[in-house]
Amino acid sequence: MFYILCPYCKEHREEEEFHPRGQAHLMRPEDPDNTTDEEWGDYLFFRDNPRGIHHEMWVHSVGCRKFFNITRNTVTYEILETYPMGEQPTITADDPSVRHEQGAQVADGGWQTVGARPENTALNEETSS
Amino acid sequence: MTQTNRLSAGGRIDRSHGLEFTFNGQRYQGFAGDTLASALLANGVDIINRSFKYSRARGIVAAGAEEPNAVVQLGAREETQVPNVRATQQGLYDGLVARSTNGWPNVQRDVMSWVGKLGGNFMPPGFYYKTFMSPASMWMTYEKYIRMGAGLGRAPTVADPDIYDHMHHHCDVMVIGAGAAGLAAALSAARSGARVILCDEQEEMGGSLLDSRDTLDGVSAVRWIEQTLNELASMETVTLLPRTTANGYHDHNFVTLHERRTEHLADTASDAGFPDMPRARLHRVRATRVVLATGTHERPLVYANNDLPGNMVAGAVSTYIRRYGVIPGNSLVLTTSNDHAYRAALDWQEAGRKVVAIVDARANPDGDLVRQACDSGIRVITGSAVIEAKGTQRVSGARVSAVDLDHFVITGRIEDLECDTIASSGGYSPVVHLSSHTGTRPQWDENLLGFVPGEVKGMLMAGGVAGHYGLDNTLSDGARAGRQAAIDSGFDEAGELNLPTVKARRDGPACAIYQVPHEKKGLRVPKQFVDMQNDVTASAIELATREGFESIEHVKRYTALGFGTDQGKLGNINGMAIAARCLGRSIPEVGTTVFRPNYTPITFGAIVGRHCDELFDPKRYTALHQWHVEYGAEFEDVGQWKRPWYFPRNANGKKESMHDAVARECLAVRQGVGILDASTLGKIDIQGPDAREFLGRVYTNKWAKLAPGRVRYGLMCKDDGMLMDDGTTSCLGDNHFLMTTTTGGAASVLEWLEVWHQTEWPELQVYFNSVTDHWATMTVTGPEARKLMSEVTDIDLDREQFKFMDWKEGNVAGVPARVFRISFTGELAYEINVQANYAMQVWKTLFEHGEKYDLTPYGTETMHVLRAEKGLIIVGQDTDGSVTPEDLGMHWAIGYDKPFHWIGKRALSRPDTMRGDRKQLVGLKPKDANVVLEEGAQIVLDPNQAIPMSMVGHVTSSYYSPVLESGFALAVLKEGRERMGQTVYLPMSDGKTHEAEVVSTVFIDPKGERQNV
Repeated sequence: MFYILCPYCKEHREEEEFHPRGQAHLMRPEDPDNTTDEEWGDYLFFRDNPRGIHHEMWVHSVGCRKFFNITRNTVTYEILETYPMGEQPTITADDPSVRHEQGAQVADGGWQTVGARPENTALNEETSS
Repeated sequence: MTQTNRLSAGGRIDRSHGLEFTFNGQRYQGFAGDTLASALLANGVDIINRSFKYSRARGIVAAGAEEPNAVVQLGAREETQVPNVRATQQGLYDGLVARSTNGWPNVQRDVMSWVGKLGGNFMPPGFYYKTFMSPASMWMTYEKYIRMGAGLGRAPTVADPDIYDHMHHHCDVMVIGAGAAGLAAALSAARSGARVILCDEQEEMGGSLLDSRDTLDGVSAVRWIEQTLNELASMETVTLLPRTTANGYHDHNFVTLHERRTEHLADTASDAGFPDMPRARLHRVRATRVVLATGTHERPLVYANNDLPGNMVAGAVSTYIRRYGVIPGNSLVLTTSNDHAYRAALDWQEAGRKVVAIVDARANPDGDLVRQACDSGIRVITGSAVIEAKGTQRVSGARVSAVDLDHFVITGRIEDLECDTIASSGGYSPVVHLSSHTGTRPQWDENLLGFVPGEVKGMLMAGGVAGHYGLDNTLSDGARAGRQAAIDSGFDEAGELNLPTVKARRDGPACAIYQVPHEKKGLRVPKQFVDMQNDVTASAIELATREGFESIEHVKRYTALGFGTDQGKLGNINGMAIAARCLGRSIPEVGTTVFRPNYTPITFGAIVGRHCDELFDPKRYTALHQWHVEYGAEFEDVGQWKRPWYFPRNANGKKESMHDAVARECLAVRQGVGILDASTLGKIDIQGPDAREFLGRVYTNKWAKLAPGRVRYGLMCKDDGMLMDDGTTSCLGDNHFLMTTTTGGAASVLEWLEVWHQTEWPELQVYFNSVTDHWATMTVTGPEARKLMSEVTDIDLDREQFKFMDWKEGNVAGVPARVFRISFTGELAYEINVQANYAMQVWKTLFEHGEKYDLTPYGTETMHVLRAEKGLIIVGQDTDGSVTPEDLGMHWAIGYDKPFHWIGKRALSRPDTMRGDRKQLVGLKPKDANVVLEEGAQIVLDPNQAIPMSMVGHVTSSYYSPVLESGFALAVLKEGRERMGQTVYLPMSDGKTHEAEVVSTVFIDPKGERQNV
C-alpha cells in the first residue's frame, strides 16, 4: 500500500484515495492527420515497462480529483517524487545517483535482466561487478 | 488422565487455576498460562496429527509460530470452528475443544499410514500427479479420496457469531517483537517522546527472556520484563499489543497486525463474557520507522526418522521446562552444532530427569555451557551426531555415529542410545520473513550460518534477526535501534538507556550441519524430513536436483518445500542447504525463496472486519426507492444502484410472472402511458466559456450550433475509435450544459473529462461537477403522456412549441422542474428532472392524475425491451470496447469535418477500423416466433460445417416483444448490413440450431413518428 504525497493537497495520503492512470508524459500527436498509422498505433497502444525509474500518472480520485505524476522505482516501489501536471521530473533513469537501484539480485546470484531495456545491459553488468 | 509430564514446581503457569479441555474427544487438565501445546505435552499426548502425504505420526516439535505439526482444528461448536491453529500459539482456556486436522479414522490408527509405510519409497515428489494423471477426467474422483486421508482442517459451514474490526494507526516507531531487543528498542524510542507501538505474537511479552537462564542486574530476566513493560504502559505515547502478530509488511512502512482479543479466553467473545468485543482486530499501521526485532528460529537437524514424536528442537525443550513447567519426556539425547543448545540438557537435568548424552557435531566444543554440562556429569560425545531416531509411535532410542561433514559420510561405529526424547539444534535462522514481504532478498552471513534481512528503506533491525546473539549484545543492539528510529522520526536523542548488566557468556563457534549423513545412501535411508508439514524429505530434494530442477524456486514448486501454512519456518534453510550440496553450490548461490504475507495464517474474519453483510458494499437508492418497495418491485443491481427491475402485480393471491409483468408494462407504454424512475442516469454539469468547444472535442458529433433549449444525443469514443459511452447533452445556456451518461459510466466519464481537460487542454476554461444525486429523473412516456403532463405542469406542451429534443423549464406538480423531450422508448416521452428532495411528491402527484390513464410504472427490463424494439443500443451490452460508431451504423453522428481533431477520429481511418468485414449491428428475427435467442449465442452461416465452425458474430440483446408477438434480437454480424434478408444460424449447446433472418435494428415504427405525436 503506497503512501502518496498529493502535490496539490500537499499531504501524504493512503493509496486507497488514488487511482493509477499509467505511463506519464504521453504526448497526443499535435496533428493527427499527418501522423502515420504506425505512429498513431504507438501512441495508442505502446507503453514503457522499465525496471527501475518510471514516471506514472495518478489521480487523487477521492480527494482533490487532480491528476499528477509520480516518479517511482518499479523494483523497490519507492516513490521518489510527485509533481503537478505540466512539470518535468527532477529524477530520471539517466541520473547516475539512482542507477544502482535498477538491478535486482536473483536466487542464482546473477542479476535479473528480464524486462530490462537494451540500454540497461551495461547497467546490469556494471552493478553486478 | 493426570499430567504425567508436569513438573512439581517452576514455570509461569498459575497452578491454582486449573483448566479443563478436550482434544480428539478426550478430556484433559491444564493450568492458566498454558498453551494448548504445553498442556498436551503435560498430559503425555505424543501424537497430535498424521502427516500430509505419508500419514506418519507427528507430535509437537517447537514452541512457537514455527510449529509445523501441531496444527489443530479449534472450536466446540460448528459456528466456532477455526482451522489451521498452531497449538503452540493457542492460549489454553476452560472448555477448549480441539481436534486433529487429519488422520482417518483417527490419529492413533490411520489407514493411510500403511500406504506411507509400504509405498513410501514409491511416493516421490509429484507422486499423486504422476500416478493419477490419467484419465484426466478421473482426477476429481481420485482427489476426493486422497483428500479424505489428508487435509489441514476445514472451514465452518455456518455463520460466525463473533465480530471483528479494523483499526488504523500512524506512529513514529513500530517495534515488532517484544523480546530483549524489542523491549530495549521500544523503551529507548519511547523515552525520546516518539509515538511507539510494540507488538508481540506470544501470549505474554518477553520472548526468549521468559525462559532464559540469564540474570539481569542479578535478578531474573522476568523481573526486568515486568519493570520495562510497566514503564512502557505508563507512557501515553506507547501502545502495547500482546497476542498480536505482525502478519504483513508492505510498501512504505505499512504494517498489518493481527490482534487476537478473545481467542485465548473462550470459544466466542460472548462465552468469555465480552459480547461486544471483537474476537480479533486487524491494525493497519503506517510507521515512520519500523524496528524489526523478530529474533530467530532454531533449525532442527535432518536425520533419519527425525519426525517421530519425541523429536524436538532444543530451544523448545527449554521453553516447555522453564516457562510451562512441562518436561516432554524422561530421558534425553541432545544433538547439536552449537553451544546455545546445551541449555536444553542443563534445564532437563535440573528438572530431575535423565540426560543420556549430548552429541556434538564439533570435534572440540569449548564454551561456558559446554564446560557446565561436563561439570554436571553429562556425557558429551564430540564429532558426532544422531543419525537416526528409533521407535514407532514415539522415540525409543537414538543411533549415534561420528560424522565427517566434509565428505558427508559417517565414520566409525554406530552406538545405540536408549532415550524417549531427542532434542536437536543445527543453529539459528533470523526471522527474515517480514523483511521479505517488501520484496528485498535476505543476505547470507557466513559467520552466522544464516540469512539476515536485506535492506528495506525505513526499517531498522535489532537483536537476533540482525545476527546479534547473546543477551548483552541483543539488549544493546535493541537500545541502539530504538534510539536511531526515534532520531530518524525527528525526535531528539533521549540519552543512553541504562542497560542492565548481564553476565557475558563465552560461546564457542558453531559448525555448519544441516542434513546428517547415514550409513545407507539415497532412497535407502529411512526418511529424513526437511519440511514436516508438507512431508518433504532430503531425498526428495536430492531427486528434484537430479531431475534437473536447479533454481530453488523450482525445487520448491516440485517438492512443495515451504508451501505449507508454516511457510517452512523450520525447514527452508535446511532444504536450501541440501539443494546446495546436491548441486555443488554454496547456499548464497542457491539463494532463498520469497516469503509472502501472511507470516502466520489469519482468519477471514479479521481480514473482513466490519465489511460484511450490509456493510460489504455501499448501496445507492433513488429518492423514489421507498415507493418502489411498497409497490412490490423486484430490484436489479446496476453498479451500486438498486433499480426496479419490474413491478409484478398480485392477482387472486398469485404473483405475476416476470414475463407477464414485462409484457403488460410494455403494452402500457405502447398503448397508454408508463413511468420510469431514471434517476440513476449519470448527470454531469458542465460550465465555462469553453464548455461548447470541449464537448466538440470529446463527442464524435457537432455541438457548435446547439442552441439553449435544445438537446442532442452524443457518442463518446476513446482515442482508439471505440465507443465508450453515449447519452444526451442539453444546452442550458451558452456556457452551460448538462451531460447525461450511462448509469454505470457516470464516474468513469467524469474522470475521462477531467483527464483530458487537466492533461491535454488545460487552456480551456471549463468545469465539471457530478449532479447525479441532486436531480431525480422521471420518464413519462406513451401516447397518453401529453394528456397526463398537461394536468400537472404549466409548461406549454404544444407539439410545435415543445418539440422533440427540446427541453423546457417550468413547474411540475408545483415544484421547479426541467422537462426534456427525449425518448428511449420510441414513444412520446417527457423526462422530468426535479430536485431529488421533491421527487416523491411529484411522483405521487403524477400517479394521482395518472389513474384515469392507467399510468403504469415500469422497470429496467421493460426499458430494455422497448429500447431494443427501436434499435437503441446500450453501451457495454451491444458494444464491448471493439465497436466503432460506424460499426453501429451511426455515421450520422460522426462529424468528420469538425475543425478540431476530436477524440477517436484519427483511429477511424486506421486500416483495421476501415476493414470491410467488420462486425456490424443488425437485428435478428427468429424464424420461430416463440424462440427468444440466447444473449451471447454465436452466429454461423453454414449450420452443417464441421466443428470448429466459423463464427461470424453473436447476439448482444434478445427479448420477447409483446407488440411483435415474437422474439427478436440485436446482434453484431460480420458484414451485417450487406446480409439484410439472409438467414443465419445459431447452434446451441443442447444440439438445437435456431434459424434467424437478418433485419433492420428498428423493429417498431421505422419512420420514428410515434415519438412526435
